[in-house]
Amino acid sequence: MSVDQKTVRHIARLARIAVRDDELEALAKELNGILDWVEQLGEVETAEVEPMTSAVAVAMKMRDDVVKVENLQKEVTRNAPGAEDGFYVVPKVVE
Amino acid sequence: MSDLTKLTLAAARDALKKKEITSTELTGAYLGEMEAASALNAYVTPTAEKALEMAKASDAKLARGEGGALEGIPLGIKDLFCTKDVLTTACSHILDGFHPPYESTVTANLWRDGAVMLGKLNNDEFAMGSSNETSFYGPAVNPWRRKDSDAKLVPGGSSGGSSAAVAAKLCLAATATDTGGSIRQPAAFTGTVGLKPTYGRCSRWGIVAFASSLDQAGPIARDVRDAAIMLGSMAGHDEKDTTSVDRPVPDYEAALGQGIKGLNVGIPKEYRVDGMPKEIDDLWTRGIEWLKAAGANVKEVSLPHTKYALPTYYIVAPAECSSNLARYDGVRYGLRVEGKDITDMYEKTRAEGFGAEVRRRVLMGTYVLSAGYYDAYYLKAQKVRTLIARDFAEAFSEVDVLLTPTAPSAAFAIGEKTDDPLSMYLNDVFTVTVNLAGLPGISVPAGLSAEGLPLGLQLIGRTFDEETLLRAAFAIEEAAGFTAEAEAWWRA
Repeated sequence: MSVDQKTVRHIARLARIAVRDDELEALAKELNGILDWVEQLGEVETAEVEPMTSAVAVAMKMRDDVVKVENLQKEVTRNAPGAEDGFYVVPKVVE
Repeated sequence: MSDLTKLTLAAARDALKKKEITSTELTGAYLGEMEAASALNAYVTPTAEKALEMAKASDAKLARGEGGALEGIPLGIKDLFCTKDVLTTACSHILDGFHPPYESTVTANLWRDGAVMLGKLNNDEFAMGSSNETSFYGPAVNPWRRKDSDAKLVPGGSSGGSSAAVAAKLCLAATATDTGGSIRQPAAFTGTVGLKPTYGRCSRWGIVAFASSLDQAGPIARDVRDAAIMLGSMAGHDEKDTTSVDRPVPDYEAALGQGIKGLNVGIPKEYRVDGMPKEIDDLWTRGIEWLKAAGANVKEVSLPHTKYALPTYYIVAPAECSSNLARYDGVRYGLRVEGKDITDMYEKTRAEGFGAEVRRRVLMGTYVLSAGYYDAYYLKAQKVRTLIARDFAEAFSEVDVLLTPTAPSAAFAIGEKTDDPLSMYLNDVFTVTVNLAGLPGISVPAGLSAEGLPLGLQLIGRTFDEETLLRAAFAIEEAAGFTAEAEAWWRA
């Protein structure tokens, strides 16, 4: 499988990264270099193998679903490039 | 150089407890070294004022005969760890100006035990790199140089600021993180000890996420004992990270002196890769002889899927990174580039905020997770990952630890490998398997290359058996007698 410039534009859109037209060729080449290289995994027989879901075999822990910290609205919006009255400010989304 | 900065962490700890020195003196000595070492670009955000305040508080405790395991010990902190109200950027432009309103669990554990923060250390942007050259703040520089050369070398990566700072004595030890080798390879490149614990041993909470199933925090230190002491404070269960394990933290330092008589050591034959430099191969052979002389039994083992580890990693890590880095949207923190609508704002912010390597990995990850390709890439990689972990499980049914080289070469020059992402990725050929299987690994300095640069040996242990790992590492350290130090050319 290899990616063309149209595919690069598509995945850049999915990833929400603006890419200039003059960058597409080089990006496609780089991604294809990596994709060609990972292609060797096709040699490995994995039909009967379960995918790994946890790096270390431990049971997922459960916890009580309760509030443990007070309202941190001021703290969490403090770093926002645009914030007013404890809310994030973004360009208009709904007409 | 001040005599104070020559002390190891263990020696400084003991001298502080005996009131032979104060933390204020010790911290002041390090702040002086830091100021004189700007040529290394190891620190991106020094926190001198905070350091002196913390040192003063430690001195008050020590004077009363109180204090924790690291009371008054000055440390450097990789910029990937969130530190409350102290600039934390993961060395990315997209986190410009971010002052976390919270503290990472690992650093909170260190402060609980009395450690002093000297500042935030350089790293590859979002820990994506093997040379520290992808940092938005420019590369950290290796204190070591080749014989008869003043070419600047990389300190390894991604924890290059940590390794450079420890090697140049700009801190007693440093925190670091390891996703594919980012603690161990920089340690090997700088003649320091780097320990990547078992996945789940340290909490990931408050560490800027790269690839969540692979990331793990650990120390870079001057020797094995110092690494053991650091891990003892960094490790522990944290209910804020469900993947952190709820099991007691052993006394790692106590494990060191126990010797390795009868220890079974495996030598994975697949790590003898084509084109491995002879001096790396010779170092490995010496390591085997040292362990045998100390009473260990050495045998060859096989890890048949080793060659598939790097390609597996370069599917899994970008996939997880593309998902983790979706949060940088110009809304909640850091950089915002205005656009004509919200999508345009997202796209412009992320185009300007991410460097070339991060962008490459986000695109790669987005592709392998996209509709129609998930099974062919991500699922396939996770299956191969199962086989890689199974190889290790089988090897560990016969042996207690594995011995390998840490990296396929000594430190290379800045700019030498930046044009070819694949040649950079190959640096992690011996370290990345360990992350995929969630195992602990340690790099110990074991000798010098013909050009006079440090080389490291790696030991790999069983899950949550850091004690045996440290015991074997201590034996290598004693046998290697590595005492070489970089000449202080950087001092202003």
